[in-house]
Amino acid sequence: MAATKDKITRPRGVAPRPQRLLGHGLVALRGVWPAIALICVMLAAWQAISSAGLVEQYVLPAPWDIAKAMVSDAGLFWTASIPTLTAIIVGFVISILIALPIAIGMVYSPLLQRAIYPLLVLSQVVPKVALAPLFIIWFGFGTAPKVFMVVLIAFFPLVVDAVVGFQAARPESLMLVRSMGASRWQAFWKVRFPWALPSIFAGAKVAITLAVVGAVVAEFVGADNGLGVVITQARGNLDTVTVFAGIGFLSIIGLALFAIVSVLERVLVRGSRSGRSFEAAGSL
Amino acid sequence: MTPNDTAALRSYVEFDEVEKSFATKGGKVAAIEALSLTVDEGDFLAIVGPSGCGKSTLLLALAGLTTPTNGTVSLKGRTIAGPVTEAGVVFQNAELLPWRTALENVLLQAEVRKLPKGSLTERARQLLADVGLAGFEDHYPDELSGGMQQRVSLCRALLHDPSILLMDEPFGALDAITRDQVQMDLQNLWLKSRRTVMFITHSIEEAVFLADRVIVLSPRPATIAADIRVDLPRPRHVADRGSAEFTAYVNEIRDEFGKLGIFSDRDPVSR
Repeated sequence: MAATKDKITRPRGVAPRPQRLLGHGLVALRGVWPAIALICVMLAAWQAISSAGLVEQYVLPAPWDIAKAMVSDAGLFWTASIPTLTAIIVGFVISILIALPIAIGMVYSPLLQRAIYPLLVLSQVVPKVALAPLFIIWFGFGTAPKVFMVVLIAFFPLVVDAVVGFQAARPESLMLVRSMGASRWQAFWKVRFPWALPSIFAGAKVAITLAVVGAVVAEFVGADNGLGVVITQARGNLDTVTVFAGIGFLSIIGLALFAIVSVLERVLVRGSRSGRSFEAAGSL
Repeated sequence: MTPNDTAALRSYVEFDEVEKSFATKGGKVAAIEALSLTVDEGDFLAIVGPSGCGKSTLLLALAGLTTPTNGTVSLKGRTIAGPVTEAGVVFQNAELLPWRTALENVLLQAEVRKLPKGSLTERARQLLADVGLAGFEDHYPDELSGGMQQRVSLCRALLHDPSILLMDEPFGALDAITRDQVQMDLQNLWLKSRRTVMFITHSIEEAVFLADRVIVLSPRPATIAADIRVDLPRPRHVADRGSAEFTAYVNEIRDEFGKLGIFSDRDPVSR
């Protein structure tokens, strides 16, 4: 009963904004602890299996050894991370810069939509990994083929979700600002773009994780530096600990980038669009 | 001055032989047919009609948001050829932007029109207070009830002091009790300024309660079936709805609908 009482002490919708943000943070923390607990249990089981000598060290090294390698070789991994991270971020930003104008064009021009949409689908039907060797032939072993791969893999969810977002604005809302004498420019920035933001961010979250995949795939196929190269070389030496440590660093990069996009979303997307109210979150 | 000119000056709003048809798969469907109507300045005009009869199209034509297929709509003698920016528009759904607080939603009107925000912020707060929303300025739409949202929408429509208020079934989505309250709020705001109002509704009681003049539209294609002046003293109160005069007006309008075959007895099984 005490828990129920706690919940109703905050009157509906009266909390000032800073408290609401803090509330979101606490709710998020409360939300992740089961996941953290499960991960800990799994790591412990893994450690137990490895320590008991049930599997060979070169097949499945112990998580503790991997963690030690990640710390002791942190400098090496960090140096290798920079080109990978650069490719991911540059590719992701280019994807956004390409995807948003295409989406806007498709929303405002049905002709453009009919012309571009089949091409978009085609670009995704072609197995992108199979294109990686081509990019190396065209752009060499530097950053360019990686960026190209990241863009190719990341821009599709961005375009698709942005198109959905730009079409989400209610026609009545657009009529309303027209009756206020709004220009097309104003109608876009005051209504269409903010309506599209949640959808754009949904696409961006998918795209940022795919961007990591794109960069690593490009590095696997052929590159002169990056975490993917470290992993490939370690695999050649049957140095499984380094392979796992590299995967660990890639996961950290992926998580961090996803978190940055999520934080940006929380800052930029104000108000609730689909019943995602803080009352609902607070009653968890 | 020709008689035509004086007529144009006298009538604030004029629909002249307005026709509107839509292309559908089955061919052209006429929504409005040769409809002519004039509205005087300061009149509270209500338009009632069965659903889908083109009431909203009339309002959108006056707002300059849709163009009639034939005929013209004019405001103060000028033919409407684009969005009428001196109007304030309220739609059936409040159409508040979910990422803006109540106050920011009202001030959208000032931002789009590039009006001075400083002085209008005061006016916006005053308008919100007038409809009982003092203290809710910084609330987001999802924290407000449907009735509160529609009041914010009304404040937004009034912020720039429009010469004409266009309302398209604004209270249609509200429950009966909220609806009564918001109708009172609207009447009180209107009594302060007496601007011209065109109010679309499908509720006969709402039309009689609010309006000076009620236009009854026929089913599609819409024509004017009746034009009734409501001479009830103002301010009108919710309790007045039980009065003999009020009921007489409601019945008169209901009879008009009956004549149009809207309330014909239908066999409930064959429906």
